[in-house]
Amino acid sequence: MKWQQFKTSLPLSAMALSAGLILSACSDNDHDANMPEPPTPPVERSFTLTVTNLTANQPMSPLALLATSNGYHAWQSGEPASLALEQLAEGGDQSGYSAEMDGVNLVVSGAGILPPGASESLTLTQTEEATASLSLLTMLVNTNDAFSGLDEIDISQMAVDQTQSFYTPAYDAGTEANSELKGSIPGPADGGEGFNGSRDDVDRVHLHPGVIGQEDGLNDSVLMASHRFDNPVLKVTIQRTR
Amino acid sequence: MTLRKISASLILAGLVATPIGAAELTISVSNLTHGNHFTPVLIAAHDAQMHLFQAGEPATSALQKMAEGGDIADLAAMVDAANGVTQSNPAGGLMVPGQNVTGISLDSQAMTHMSLVAMILPTNDAFIGLDGWEIPTTPGTYTLNLNAYDAGTEANDEIINGGGMPGVPGIPAAPGGDGGNNASGVADTSPNDKVHIHPGILGDTDPAGGMSDLDSRVHRWLNPVARVTVTVK
Repeated sequence: MKWQQFKTSLPLSAMALSAGLILSACSDNDHDANMPEPPTPPVERSFTLTVTNLTANQPMSPLALLATSNGYHAWQSGEPASLALEQLAEGGDQSGYSAEMDGVNLVVSGAGILPPGASESLTLTQTEEATASLSLLTMLVNTNDAFSGLDEIDISQMAVDQTQSFYTPAYDAGTEANSELKGSIPGPADGGEGFNGSRDDVDRVHLHPGVIGQEDGLNDSVLMASHRFDNPVLKVTIQRTR
Repeated sequence: MTLRKISASLILAGLVATPIGAAELTISVSNLTHGNHFTPVLIAAHDAQMHLFQAGEPATSALQKMAEGGDIADLAAMVDAANGVTQSNPAGGLMVPGQNVTGISLDSQAMTHMSLVAMILPTNDAFIGLDGWEIPTTPGTYTLNLNAYDAGTEANDEIINGGGMPGVPGIPAAPGGDGGNNASGVADTSPNDKVHIHPGILGDTDPAGGMSDLDSRVHRWLNPVARVTVTVK
């Protein structure tokens, strides 16, 4: 793991190093007619992600946009959630994701809670050669461990002004039972606990079965009818802007 | 008609008869649900006219057998009789929640469209469905999200009683061992007797009685319920 992290960070530091060398070589040879061509600045690509919360009463935790490569998966259906995903899906906490992770080049964070009906745009800018794919994550905060987003969307072939649009479903991290009990849900419906390291559910990511609520027969649920949701829960548009 | 014209039309006919849609497909099927099993899956490649099911149309008796009892033999025979290609039961039995079956090979030959069905347990007549997806000719990997359909042939009473034969009320089994018993039954007042999007199950939290033998905390789902990837070589 350590070695792989080193390997992925190597090209960037090597590039910075050689750029520095070339620049200093230039300053030493100001009057040399044969001075080498100045280094071409790295070509950058920018993408704007616009995310709309389509739910009735499920605020979304601050968006986490990951610029990824090397086939990085934020999750895979049928497989256990990573610790970073468990923290995000149970508590809306995205701090487990960082550019230090193997396959994650950059993390762009949303400004704050994305309320139902609201939209937010995030901008991702990176070098052309670093551009590969992206993932997006956010928690439905009035749930035990529901999240939504995108996993490993290829953006490397997008032309300027081209867009890709997605309607995303709600997933269940499978790390916390959907008890809907008082004290177990971090969102405003409850104000209860977020992340808890124990895993008392099926321990695999799957499509969320939906919440039940006390008015639909789950008598000890803190959730009400308006907290129910159906798919899709987010609309996401990716546009390459340059 | 001159000889030249005849030979030209023969060549054309030969070209048309060539299986231009022929493709080696590699398929994977994932069960995305929280707590539902799939009975043996049927994957079929067929022409544009054939359908295993169609939303808004009544279920055939072959579809009813699959949706109420998990029996895919009649559907497979129907496809085979029309020179289609089938892959029956690639998982070798039930697909448990979360299971992902990969590397399923299907040579679509001259067939241009693909369909896929399997019953969802425990339900009365719910099934996962892909209806006549046109097989792309461009190589690549294609991801398809499948919804849960209701065959419209049996009332969703949510009583587990072993009833899996066509026309017999009730649910054959809860393979996860998480079903209840002694339910009084859900009154299904749906007037839709055509194939339609399943309304989902109701369930309750009383395993020894109540209205339903299904558990609202285990057996509910939201679409999609299955994900299929198809790699065209």
